[in-house]
Amino acid sequence: MLDRLNEDFRFYQQAIALRAQRQEVLSSNIANADTPQYKARDFDFQAAMRDALDARMRLPDTQLSLTSARHIPGKAVTPDPVELQYRLPYQASVDGNTVDMDAERVRFADNTLHYQSSLQLLSGRIRSMMSAIQE
Amino acid sequence: MSLTSIFSIAGSALQAQSQRMNVAASNLANADSAVGPDGQPYRARQVVFQVDPPAGQPYGREIGGVRVAGVVQDPSPPKRLYDPAHPLADAQGYVNMPNVDPVAETVNMIAASRSYQANVEVLNTAKQLMMKTLTIGQS
Repeated sequence: MLDRLNEDFRFYQQAIALRAQRQEVLSSNIANADTPQYKARDFDFQAAMRDALDARMRLPDTQLSLTSARHIPGKAVTPDPVELQYRLPYQASVDGNTVDMDAERVRFADNTLHYQSSLQLLSGRIRSMMSAIQE
Repeated sequence: MSLTSIFSIAGSALQAQSQRMNVAASNLANADSAVGPDGQPYRARQVVFQVDPPAGQPYGREIGGVRVAGVVQDPSPPKRLYDPAHPLADAQGYVNMPNVDPVAETVNMIAASRSYQANVEVLNTAKQLMMKTLTIGQS
């Protein structure tokens, strides 16, 4: 039963975690709006969410066991669902900075709204679960 | 890597932008200082910003705040002002004045204050989100 609850909340948990991470990336862009040669970063939320929820992409890290000191350690690491990419600049600036303050602010506000709506949905979900438990 | 690190990112930007505003204020204040402590006319100074990623992030995926890598002096030659009555005037009657461009410094100051405001807003938003997250599932 608890496992079912966990499964039920996992989607929202994942969404909120990714939203928080994107919020951080966007805040880094805004903080570095005047840093020469800084390239604005962002990631595709939809693709990250798909990767995070796809069980095939979430294999645990594997490692070859070493039985001799001369063995070469082999390791396979599951990539993070978040793939940071560089933003294509609309208006290049002379100092090599690609942060477009207006666009970043808009995305920041948009991401804030999505974060809050995810929280709201999760709260509603928790409420309905609580009332189901207390029936 | 969470909402709390937004505080340090935006906080570092606030610090860097306020230092930039400090330097601009110093330049504007000394736009007419014909002589400094070293006997030379004041030279305009500029801050150099640099990304400051916290340690432990995978290579090529670093994000982070900003820091002031250094304050550099403007190497351009001093302005020459003709004023034979000035006590520092040379044989031709010229005085070396600071190479400060007051218009550029004013623009610099406005840009710094705008960036500062943007980061304050980021900080406030992050705070609101954290407060909302803390009350998750309540009521």
